[in-house]
Amino acid sequence: MKFTLAWLKEHLDTNRELDAILDKLTVIGLEVEKVTDRAKGLETFMVGHVLEARQHPDADRLRVCRVDTGDGTEHQVVCGAPNARAGMKGVFAAEGSYIPGTDITLKKAEIRGVESRGMLLSEREMGISDEHEGIVELPEDTPIGAAAIEVMGLDDPIVEIAITPNRGDCLGVRGIARDLAAAGIGTMKPLDTKPIPGKFESPIDVIFDFPDDKKDACPYFIGRYVKGVRNRPSPAWVQDKLLAVGLRPISALVDITNLVTIELGRPLHVFDAAKVTGNVRPRMAHDGEELFALDGKTYTMDAEMCVIADDVKAEALGGIMGSEESGCTEDTTDVFIECAYFDPIRTAMTGRKLNLQSDARFRFERGVDPAFLEPAMEIATRLVVEFCGGEPSHVVVAGGAPDWQKSITLRHERVRTLGGVDLDAGEISRILKVLGFSHARKGDSFETQVPSWRPDIVGEACLVEEVVRIHGYDNIPAEPMSLMGTLPHAARTVDQTRRADARRVLASRGMTEAVTYSFLAEKDAALFGEVADAIKLANPISADLDVMRGSILPNLINAAVRNGARGIADTALFEVGPQFTGDQPDDQTVAATGIRTGNNGIRHWAGKPRPVDAFDAKADVIAVLDEIGIATDRLQISTKTPAYFHPARSGTFQQGPKNTLAYFGDVHPRILKALDIAGPVAAFEILLDNLPKPKRKKDAARAHLMLSAYQKVSRDFAFLVDTDVTAAKVAAAASQADKQLITETEVFDVFAGGNVEVGKKSLALSVTLQAMDRTLTDVEIDAVADKVVANVAKATGATLRG
Amino acid sequence: MEDLERLREELTSAVAGTADTQALEELRVSALGKKGQITGLMKGLGGMDPDERKAMGQALNALKAEVADAIEARKAALEDVELDAGLETDRIDVTLPVRPEMQGRIHPISQTIDEIVAVLGEMGFNIAEGPDIEDDWHNFTALNIPPDHPARQEHDTFYLPGEQDGERMVLRTHTSPVQIRSMQNGDPPFRLIVPGRTYRCDYDATHSPMFHQVEGLAVDKTTHMGNLKGCLIEFCRAFFDVDDLPVRFRASYFPFTEPSAEVDIGCTREGGAFRIGHGDDWLEILGCGMVNPKVLENCGVDPTEYQGFAFGMGVERLAMLKYGIPDLRTFYETDLRWLKHYGFRALDVPSMVGGLNR
Repeated sequence: MKFTLAWLKEHLDTNRELDAILDKLTVIGLEVEKVTDRAKGLETFMVGHVLEARQHPDADRLRVCRVDTGDGTEHQVVCGAPNARAGMKGVFAAEGSYIPGTDITLKKAEIRGVESRGMLLSEREMGISDEHEGIVELPEDTPIGAAAIEVMGLDDPIVEIAITPNRGDCLGVRGIARDLAAAGIGTMKPLDTKPIPGKFESPIDVIFDFPDDKKDACPYFIGRYVKGVRNRPSPAWVQDKLLAVGLRPISALVDITNLVTIELGRPLHVFDAAKVTGNVRPRMAHDGEELFALDGKTYTMDAEMCVIADDVKAEALGGIMGSEESGCTEDTTDVFIECAYFDPIRTAMTGRKLNLQSDARFRFERGVDPAFLEPAMEIATRLVVEFCGGEPSHVVVAGGAPDWQKSITLRHERVRTLGGVDLDAGEISRILKVLGFSHARKGDSFETQVPSWRPDIVGEACLVEEVVRIHGYDNIPAEPMSLMGTLPHAARTVDQTRRADARRVLASRGMTEAVTYSFLAEKDAALFGEVADAIKLANPISADLDVMRGSILPNLINAAVRNGARGIADTALFEVGPQFTGDQPDDQTVAATGIRTGNNGIRHWAGKPRPVDAFDAKADVIAVLDEIGIATDRLQISTKTPAYFHPARSGTFQQGPKNTLAYFGDVHPRILKALDIAGPVAAFEILLDNLPKPKRKKDAARAHLMLSAYQKVSRDFAFLVDTDVTAAKVAAAASQADKQLITETEVFDVFAGGNVEVGKKSLALSVTLQAMDRTLTDVEIDAVADKVVANVAKATGATLRG
Repeated sequence: MEDLERLREELTSAVAGTADTQALEELRVSALGKKGQITGLMKGLGGMDPDERKAMGQALNALKAEVADAIEARKAALEDVELDAGLETDRIDVTLPVRPEMQGRIHPISQTIDEIVAVLGEMGFNIAEGPDIEDDWHNFTALNIPPDHPARQEHDTFYLPGEQDGERMVLRTHTSPVQIRSMQNGDPPFRLIVPGRTYRCDYDATHSPMFHQVEGLAVDKTTHMGNLKGCLIEFCRAFFDVDDLPVRFRASYFPFTEPSAEVDIGCTREGGAFRIGHGDDWLEILGCGMVNPKVLENCGVDPTEYQGFAFGMGVERLAMLKYGIPDLRTFYETDLRWLKHYGFRALDVPSMVGGLNR
């Protein structure tokens, strides 16, 4: 919403400085977005009187002007403007002036042999518009030598404020003035709504033509016929105002509607009565009915849209825009003024469906004052008669204002108990009164009538807001929050702490955290499993971001590809975030997912880097699970993994046959190829939501620590087993040989090829024995060793290597 | 006996003159070994008369002990010298780089959320969560955003094909629906914060289709706007680590709060450098207000008994302001150079006890 300071002051009697007004606007909720001081840089330009404009001796299009600036000097100016002529008054820039529109500082010049000192300016050269047809022409009675910014009204700053959707009443200058008056910036000036007497009955009547269930589309319509008008350009002061707020002056009749819209937040429409057939009929559009609107476009309407029609066809989209055909032109002599109320929701829906924005729609969809139709019609009539002459009819009234009356009780104490500030009743009463809320005191309450222009006020909290907003949020004393006990409880749940821990552990292991979009391209997502229809976006922002992710891996691999393109081939990335299998809350899970690509380090003098592999990913999983407090040695590891992992080089941590905790392994070469990454890529996915919850313990005490005082001994074994026998199976069989004495079993070597026969491998393990109560004898140790060999042989078919 | 005295002098001077441990060992053998001089002299004791043997034996033993001690002392000295010489040949170039270890980083979004939680956790707020895929009712209707509200239109909201009880599924446009779920599933008082992903169908230099918010909600029987101010002023000052940071509340509008406010913090752009703190300018950082009674009602909380405040802030915006990150879109690009520069170390865990900032 744009307005000028002078325009505001037509409604607000104030002597406050601009800055004070701007600050107040912002804190009461009318946020100042921009202030334009059009006078800046134009201060030295003055009104010049062209005494003579003779033909340039050497150029057809140039004239040599003598310009009087009232200070006793004459200036010779060579001017190319077609409208430069003797007797006119224009804007003169003296030698040495800076011309903002052309970014030039004027110097004395010779133009085709004739000296030129200074310049007569166009609006574009002044930097105030794009107008460059000719130089500025000022009215004949403009005082010579006066500052151009003053006579052109440019010393009036333009203010642009953001209006929140609830404040339709501030989409007019007067509404803004009202809020400022309440906030102590001056007092409201009266508004002239004196009725203009009608001279005859309007030949056009208004007949509602709505089905019963759509009557609220346009419940109230006031019309007035004015005959014998002359639609000339509107007066300069009107044009200046409209230009200042960014509207193009068209003709007096159109300008009047714009003026009333901006000034009073009241959109109007003026029909050329000669082009209206029969009566005016507000009705619903017919499906497929067309309207050639004032913006030069044709709109196809449907039966949910409200139109203003005549006996034959639609002439306007209700509350949005009129038709080109019934609009006013220079030849218009009789008009029919429309001042109506349109349903906000229907207006908004219609505008959206047609993708048609207008100043009228913007106001109707936020709600215009339903009780201001008749005064607005009187103001509009007065302006029409004043600018265009003519004779007005009696007012035609159809329907009535929709029910807007509301009574709300404001308890005095609520200003303190909700708004947090203790105000005396007098101040509350004053604020309400200036804002237009009439009220009566009843005990400790205010029985308040909501004014017609505030449909947003629906309850007591709204009134508290009005009072404290105007009083000033800055004047509410800040108070600390009440304590809920002396010490706060842990802010995080177990799951949230686990996610935080996973991040910190992975970062401490050299991985960098990524945050990637929750959506990605369907073709990439499909590589990692079927994409359910439920998670395909109906309106994606682009085809690259059209489905919700089922796994974080494709995003990370794509990130590695991008980093690779920047010369970083060795990456270690992780993300802890949501992934989706469907659109229900339970379909969303949180995963800690990571990849390592390329080598595990850079080239180095002390050793060669090693390509990453599944065991890097496995180590990452173990580190996270350990940190979270899950004993990974009690979990099962299966080789059943999702298809995007390498089928022979990946594993799954499971707790029992059903609960999957994590996947790790090399990514499938087919996936790497599809995503265009060279590899190797080792990846893991920890399904954090599946991790067993910690058992609630009575206290934080650890289990009793038992330490043996006796020597421990280790024995190494090398077994020859079939290739498909897992290390875990061999180690488990060894451990079970004597659960009392064997404290550790560690596989420390795997070997195949060489002199090991095909189909077999050699597994070497170290078994540690220790007793709590004695030093083990050789005999005891040998007995356990024999049992280890026997157990492993029995469980795996292994033989001890000689 | 004079012979012995000579031998003593001879041997002690020989010991002192040895150049290395090997020569010393040879000397030891020649003096004290089986065929050594002193050993030889001791063998001769058997042929002496008892008195002479006694005197000679004592003298020889003393000499043997003295020489052995001298050799030991010399040996220790020589070994030290030899060790030092040997160590010098092991000299390394200490300027060589260490074995490589990859440097991990925490993303600024996670760090910023941890910081926000650290401050608000001290004020008794607990973290709550909800799904990213919401239905229209939780995301809009329950929050008093009417069906014709511009934010509900296609151009702002991502829609999914499904429906829940006749309500379209959407990607939540804010973390506020978690307020609704939390209030529906619990009993007042509430004091919760909701960090999470949010989505809007908008992409340009200052908008990302996905971003993060932290929602706050405090509902009990007495919390009023003064408490809202107290809470958020303290938060802003702690978060930005500026004790006297100017914080301004100005009236605004959100359908889910009444009264509503936007919060600005002081800043300055003097000399072209942006700085948070006292200055001539204001910067909007969050929206807040007293929970609209209709919202409480929609969640089954009696608005005649309970009241409170809610606020919402953009995590990326706070991070950009605090850490001087110029471009929103870079947060999601996973550029390792960016992450290394703007990211945080694993052990840089923010807390009020340890401080929010390193």
